[in-house]
Amino acid sequence: MTTVSLTVNGQPVTADVDPRTLLIQFLRENLRLTGTHVGCDTSQCGACVVHLNDQAIKACTILAVQADSATVTTIEGIAQGSELHPMQAAFREHHGLQCGFCTPGMVMSAIDIVNRKGQALDEQTIRDELEGNLCRCTGYHNIVKAVAAGAQAMAQKPLPQAAE
Amino acid sequence: MSATGIGAPVRRKEDQRFVTGQGRYVDDFNRPGQAYAYFLRSPHAHATIRSIDTGPARTMPGVVAVFTGDDLAADKIGGLICGWMIHSKDGSPMKAGPHPALAQGKVRYVGDHVAVVIAETLAQAKDAAEAIEVDYDVLPAVVNTSEATKTPVQVHEVSPDNSVFNWHLGNKDETEAAFARAKHVTKIDLVNNRLVPNALEPRAALGEYDFGTDNYTLYTTSQNPHVARLVLSAFVGIAPENKLRVIAPDVGGGFGSKIFIYAEETVCVWAAKKVKRPVKWTADRSEAFLSDAHGRDHVTHAEMATDENGKILGLRVHTIANLGAYLSTFSSSVPTYLYAPLLSGQYDIPAIYCEVDAVYTNTAPVDAYRGAGRPEATFVVERLVERAARELGQDPAEFRRKNYITQFPHQTPVIMTYDTGDYGASLDKALELADYKNFGARKQESARRGKLRGIGFSSYIEACGIAPSQAVGSLGAGVGLWESAEVRVNPTGSVEVLTGSHSHGQGHETTFAQLVSDRLGIPIDQVSIVHGDTDKVQFGMGTYGSRSGAVGMSAIAKALDKVIAKGKKVAAHVLEASEGDIEFKDGKFGIAGTDRTLGFGDVALQAYIAHKFSGQDLEPGLKEGAFYDPTNFTFPAGVHICEVEIDPDTGVTKIERWTAVDDFGVIINPMIVEGQVHGGIAQGVGQALLEGAVYDQSGQLVTASFNDYCMPRAMDLPSFQIGMTVTPCTSNPLGIKGCGEAGAIAAPPAVINAITDALGHEDIAMPATPQAVWRAVQKRMPVAAE
Repeated sequence: MTTVSLTVNGQPVTADVDPRTLLIQFLRENLRLTGTHVGCDTSQCGACVVHLNDQAIKACTILAVQADSATVTTIEGIAQGSELHPMQAAFREHHGLQCGFCTPGMVMSAIDIVNRKGQALDEQTIRDELEGNLCRCTGYHNIVKAVAAGAQAMAQKPLPQAAE
Repeated sequence: MSATGIGAPVRRKEDQRFVTGQGRYVDDFNRPGQAYAYFLRSPHAHATIRSIDTGPARTMPGVVAVFTGDDLAADKIGGLICGWMIHSKDGSPMKAGPHPALAQGKVRYVGDHVAVVIAETLAQAKDAAEAIEVDYDVLPAVVNTSEATKTPVQVHEVSPDNSVFNWHLGNKDETEAAFARAKHVTKIDLVNNRLVPNALEPRAALGEYDFGTDNYTLYTTSQNPHVARLVLSAFVGIAPENKLRVIAPDVGGGFGSKIFIYAEETVCVWAAKKVKRPVKWTADRSEAFLSDAHGRDHVTHAEMATDENGKILGLRVHTIANLGAYLSTFSSSVPTYLYAPLLSGQYDIPAIYCEVDAVYTNTAPVDAYRGAGRPEATFVVERLVERAARELGQDPAEFRRKNYITQFPHQTPVIMTYDTGDYGASLDKALELADYKNFGARKQESARRGKLRGIGFSSYIEACGIAPSQAVGSLGAGVGLWESAEVRVNPTGSVEVLTGSHSHGQGHETTFAQLVSDRLGIPIDQVSIVHGDTDKVQFGMGTYGSRSGAVGMSAIAKALDKVIAKGKKVAAHVLEASEGDIEFKDGKFGIAGTDRTLGFGDVALQAYIAHKFSGQDLEPGLKEGAFYDPTNFTFPAGVHICEVEIDPDTGVTKIERWTAVDDFGVIINPMIVEGQVHGGIAQGVGQALLEGAVYDQSGQLVTASFNDYCMPRAMDLPSFQIGMTVTPCTSNPLGIKGCGEAGAIAAPPAVINAITDALGHEDIAMPATPQAVWRAVQKRMPVAAE
């Protein structure tokens, strides 16, 4: 067993883990943060995207011990109390989700796209940038609309991430 | 229309939990003391098991138990069943081979279940599975659909030639006569490629046994938890229904693949009692590829007869349908009664004959996948119609229009009676939205840039609202396909609706509440929808075949009518009026012609306190249930137009425009309906351009991960232009036809018709990958290839 200490959604966390534990397993099984999902075993689907030190990563592709000392933000950590993050609100407003399984990863990726590419995103940019996230329900049409609208809303109302 | 009533684009109630990570899927549940199951799967497509030595595995760290098929048999646990009996045309019943949850003596596909290890952790279970020694006698495998009956390889003892059934529908003599007098015959050979459903949430199961009450609980990723309980009780023999609770909580997409009852949930719920602990299993994606029921996999030859004016006279079809190694729960119905009855499409075709050979192969079982038989039928009809129009030199849109059914009801030669529709109206609207008249100019513009532009039509129809119980019973279904609903009004006027439908992305918590809000005049927030738990909902048939609106909501409407009728009785007592004078409108019970009214909540309270009437004259309380059995299938239909541009140098096909005009009858929530269309189109485009499950000749699935099986991504798709026409369905009280499968049915022929239009020849198979299209381009321009 190895000890890891990190900050998750603003809270310090220390735990002993089997060294082969993936970050996604640590989040879901040790911390019971089940909002982040596992949709594949080849780092293709993006259902497990979280932010590690403010950058989107696939939590299935990193060991928990590699996140030692890091700051992790999950889907559970981006709303301000009962007020949704603008990207969460945009997904709801634009029907950017159906079964909801890919949604946490989509939202975390979308916020990262805005952080990297700015708030005026054209359709092609959004489609290209979503390469690492699979959705089987929506055909992406409304996800693209939601990301564009969420990006605009983030410009109008910047929200600090809970982990910061 | 109120802001939350029928027809309003109400934002979904369920989204608050989904966007905040508070959804609860099966893998999110954890029970005290749970152990983890891992299934050892066959690495061979076909082998006899000489022996299984589980001894070394049992001594591995953390191992709780190891079970094989012998352990299930010792407990008299039965095999998995196929619930739809098909008879061959000679009258003989289909040949159903045994389907044990864990292999007994033989494995029949790569991924078949050999043993289960239950351990303290999943990693320990996986480690121990490596230590199980299985002595296989490897046999030759058959994987190819059209070869299945021509090989000495025998998948099941009951079928020496691997035939499951040889079935037919239609009138052969009349069809032959139609072809005899035809001026022109159009022929086509088609492969409908095998697909892997790939709902983003992998299947999962968590079984639990309570020794105090002798009750089992199974959390499972199911589209129809009551059907799962029925099968696990009555056929598999886990426990009587009153001792087995099945919970299907939030489910991350289904597309058909979560209708079926699989080995894994069977073993987990059974093993929970054996090991005296909850047992949890969650598929990884590789397991999903290997063991989820696949879709499609047809090989078809079809011919269409036309007269000198281009009127269709007849259609004859022969299809070989690959059902895989075992008959999955509803597999036999898919290439038969969900397929051939749709071969009339939107067209007035006097004579149709279809023959289907269903076969076993050493591949994963094949069952319903979004559309289930109807996409396969539409692909046959729309590819044939398009080709016929081209061969006859006619405009493909006008060729279709000329053959459209225009009088309703319309009896086809293949069972179905279409109740209503206006196919010409959908075509007109689609042509306008697609700017068809300027397509020629766009094609020329593409040509100037060295690109090939094509346009493809698909006039699809589907049979939804599955289904009238007597009708499906006469066709071999083992169940009725009604739906149930219970409306519980609380004393304060809030409402719970219990439904046998299940939502796994469809948004029932919103749309069903819209219906209640509309009918009772109460705010949508005062309505809760309860589904997915056999201890709460008495019974139901689940969600598939676009049945939850047409059938499930009709049951709710029927129960709401009873609530209102009871409310009138209560109101009559309270208002001291005669029941016949009480009317209910805008959420109020009142005496007709007066201003004396009672709010819905007031009547609910009076119903429960029962102070104003004698409990002997009128039962207290306000709770009503209903079972609704439809009188007919529903027939959503529409026109999709796909416009592509192909780069002849790379073979890359880019979808430039997608126009969909659908007639779904009455629409409850247009935002949700459009979302369903988008998703369906994406799956259909995936089939046409990207997706294909491929087995090698030894039976290894070579497309067994998202690295190898090409799922549609955002960059592969355009935004879609969606239009609607409305002819209300006449066979249910709400006028709903259903929308869940339309896109997946319409899209594949639209794409392939567009590509073949661009290429100027007819020969392109699905998926039309860049490599396949590039090769076809070279065939078209042989000089360029040199």
